[in-house]
Amino acid sequence: MARLVILGAGIAGQTAALHARRRLGRDHEVVVVSPNSRWNWIPSNIWVGVGVMTPEQVTFPLRPVYEKTGITFVQGRAVSVHPEGDGDAGRPYVKVELTEPGKTGQEERVPYDWLINATGPKLNFDATPGLGPSKNTVSVCTFDHAAHASKAFDETVARMKAGEKQTLLVGTGHGNCTCQGAAFEYIFNVEFELRRRGVRDKARVVWLSNEHELGDFGMGGMFIRRGGYVTHSRVFTESLYTERGIEWITRAGVKEVAPGEVSYETLDGDERSLKFDFGMLLPPFSGVGLKAFDRSGADVTASVFAPSGFMLVDGDYAKKPYEEWSPEDWPRTYQSPKYPNVFAVGIAFAPPHAISKPMTSPKGTPIFPTPPRTGMPTGVMAREVAFNIVDMINGKATAPTRHASLAHMGAACIASAGAGLFRGTAVSMTLFPIVPDFRKYPDTGRDLGWTFGEIGLAGHWIKHLLHFGFIYKAKANPLWAMVPE
Amino acid sequence: MNETKSPVETRTPFGQTYYPPVPTEFTKKMRTNLFWQLLRFVVINVKILRMVRKH
Repeated sequence: MARLVILGAGIAGQTAALHARRRLGRDHEVVVVSPNSRWNWIPSNIWVGVGVMTPEQVTFPLRPVYEKTGITFVQGRAVSVHPEGDGDAGRPYVKVELTEPGKTGQEERVPYDWLINATGPKLNFDATPGLGPSKNTVSVCTFDHAAHASKAFDETVARMKAGEKQTLLVGTGHGNCTCQGAAFEYIFNVEFELRRRGVRDKARVVWLSNEHELGDFGMGGMFIRRGGYVTHSRVFTESLYTERGIEWITRAGVKEVAPGEVSYETLDGDERSLKFDFGMLLPPFSGVGLKAFDRSGADVTASVFAPSGFMLVDGDYAKKPYEEWSPEDWPRTYQSPKYPNVFAVGIAFAPPHAISKPMTSPKGTPIFPTPPRTGMPTGVMAREVAFNIVDMINGKATAPTRHASLAHMGAACIASAGAGLFRGTAVSMTLFPIVPDFRKYPDTGRDLGWTFGEIGLAGHWIKHLLHFGFIYKAKANPLWAMVPE
Repeated sequence: MNETKSPVETRTPFGQTYYPPVPTEFTKKMRTNLFWQLLRFVVINVKILRMVRKH
């Protein structure tokens, strides 16, 4: 009997757990360790953040799903990995601090034969003084953050209805943030709601981000064919911001957020500030702070995790200049080179480098986006890793045979620009590959036949369908496996 | 920049909003035109499913 332990129950963890459970015989055990008792469809949090949805609509309790599917659930936070066991036991294990009511704070050892790290990010608000929902800005990274943001947004709208003018600031709260797409969705939903609530004329809406240009999204932007031209996403994004009356500030690394005022450094080295009444600035991400210890108890964290806290896998982590970056730098199997029975998927794996071109201010401050990992590639890599492990458990393979490199994978993405059955819109896009390959596609980095984007009501319908489809799938309802990643 | 300003103010030469292409009323109407969007719904889904099947 083999025991597969999955750390995390987000999109990656849930996908891996359900696929592994479905393919493994009942003599093998699948265990999920997660500090959260509820699953969250994170892409819909932006709708919670403007009051269009409630936290209950974007979450569901995990335990009934695991009871139904035969997955063991340990509600707790993984603290350390012991891939060689220790003096008492040679079997690898994870040390977990329980978060289950009644057992909170207790420690438990969770032994494993195979381990998937799908812990997602630590929301590193502490990287910027004053950033975060407990300080001077709101966030939509979790459903409770988004509910808090919705309340703050309602209060801002109430002040506008009372005649006050307000500045609403949305973007990234640090020079090395990622997930610009989520902030993009949020600012357009905020702007849409302001119009719907009849207070748009009282609002100044401002985008502040670490992107070099609008439309970068941490992927270096993308080119699409449209109207007889090959056009960069910057043009379309600037067009949309202009149409909706949203100002933009790019090439900005936020240094500090005081109550009602953000200070930032630009790529030119200028120090600037902006006053605001409502601010949603995303935090930078880091690993969740897992430690690793060998059999003697020595700390081997530095050989298992990158300094960022993300897990080292089969990528090429050699430091090299932008000109020497290669698609082959990106991991294919997500297997730890030090411990072959350990894998990391989703946000938990360490990317070899950024996708957008790295930029540094004259003062030495890095101001550029780190790589995004959206839902579709996260689901695909989690599924492929689960299948690889199942094959190895069943003796069909001795090493991973399936690959899911971001440099050889495409992605489809729907970015909401306002919710409404007949008036809503969303940007629909596909791109291939996610990591540009300028040797194969010298001018654009991507295959124009597979890369497209457009905005319209159809995109909103699709985003809404994805909301229900993926929650249906994550609940392991009948025929869930038919829903693609 | 915001809607309280006149069009002259918002289209300041060399300002952020001066250069980007701005959609025509027809383009904006088509974004929420039910018949056109039903067609686009099918087309976009086909494109997404092709991408999904690619991996």
